[in-house]
Amino acid sequence: MKNSILKQFKEGIVTNNPIFVQLLGMCPTLATSTSVVNALGMGAAVTAVLTCSNLFISLVRKIIPKQIRIASYIVIISGFVTAVELLIKAFFPAIDASLGLFIPLIVVNCIILARAEAFASKNPPVPSMIDGIATGVGFTFALSCIAFVRELLGTGKLFAAADGTGGIDVFGAGYQPAAIFLLPAGAFLTLGCIIAAVQKISDVCAKRAAEKAAAPSVEEEICSDGGETSAETEGATDNE
Amino acid sequence: MSNVFLIMFTAILTENFIFAKFYGICPFLGVSDKPSTALGMGMAVTFVMTMSSAATYAVYHYLLAPFGLEYLKTVAFILVIASLVQFIEMFLQKYVPALYSSLGIYLPLITTNCAVLGAALVNIQNGNSFGDSVLFGFASALGFTMAIVVFAGVRARMQFSEPPKAFKGFPILLIAAGLAAMAFSGFSGMKFN
Repeated sequence: MKNSILKQFKEGIVTNNPIFVQLLGMCPTLATSTSVVNALGMGAAVTAVLTCSNLFISLVRKIIPKQIRIASYIVIISGFVTAVELLIKAFFPAIDASLGLFIPLIVVNCIILARAEAFASKNPPVPSMIDGIATGVGFTFALSCIAFVRELLGTGKLFAAADGTGGIDVFGAGYQPAAIFLLPAGAFLTLGCIIAAVQKISDVCAKRAAEKAAAPSVEEEICSDGGETSAETEGATDNE
Repeated sequence: MSNVFLIMFTAILTENFIFAKFYGICPFLGVSDKPSTALGMGMAVTFVMTMSSAATYAVYHYLLAPFGLEYLKTVAFILVIASLVQFIEMFLQKYVPALYSSLGIYLPLITTNCAVLGAALVNIQNGNSFGDSVLFGFASALGFTMAIVVFAGVRARMQFSEPPKAFKGFPILLIAAGLAAMAFSGFSGMKFN
């Protein structure tokens, strides 16, 4: 049981990371990764919706007729999105203001529908819920990686609050912020470079794995080059 | 008249759905491999977005608002859009088969295109009138079409170039989109109030 939970988390965060590996849900990824706090807020909202919708869809999976399942999923998902939207409006108005329409737009986020169709509609409630949490954490992790780069280079600070105040001044006062990283162009460029890095590392890992397979006596030491991206690639290697 | 110009200009250029607002990135990256398919997708989106802007305006102002149910707008809109897409598909299949055969495969994809729901929500948020809503939906979709067709042209040229191995496929697309977005950010300084 414990092993299968670990495996599900590895799938969601590493092997099948929704952003870096499956390339799903690009709109919120690009739009809400301007600061780490925004990314965490968006990630939390998506994780909450994903967990609830996976659990609920799995509970009713035997009642829903096959022909209208997609429509039913969308209605269930939009119900949870509305609940999360109202909660955020009530308790975190600053996050609501900076994420804007992307909270209601979680409804049409392909990650959630993909997990509902691919996992929750075929599995019992508890594993479905864990799958929701794992995928949500993977999404949050990837979103935070992008936001980390964009906020650091775009403002020179990290972890500023949603209204732009506070934050740790990383580079000191002499740093001239590269504002392009906060603009849409910077979002595309950052994500492109990060995915290229992920592909590169997974490529290297695949090569090492092939070498290891050719010489089975070698110690298991693939991808020990540290860092968060190497974690991704380990998964990507397993895929191949 | 100046109002019409203003809405068109803003929606197509300064607040382009793809390059400034990030609505509808999935179809933008997914269906832009050839200019002809991109144009087909753009036309289908234009068609649906104009109709859905009108339909969601009616649903919000005549169905939800009188009963104080505004908070249900996300649920209601996604249902309206999904059934509208289904309806348009059936209508075209029966009465305009030529148009159906050229748009058919794109239509089901539009339900989960966040540009359509996004336009409906922006209309409500800005308190647009009925005419403005329909115009905004139409103009935003034109902006989307322009972006996706232009980008398909860029992508066609890219097939003949050889990017570094790690950049092959998706990353180089994102870099190209980033450069296009940079060009569009030139418009962002223009504001008419």
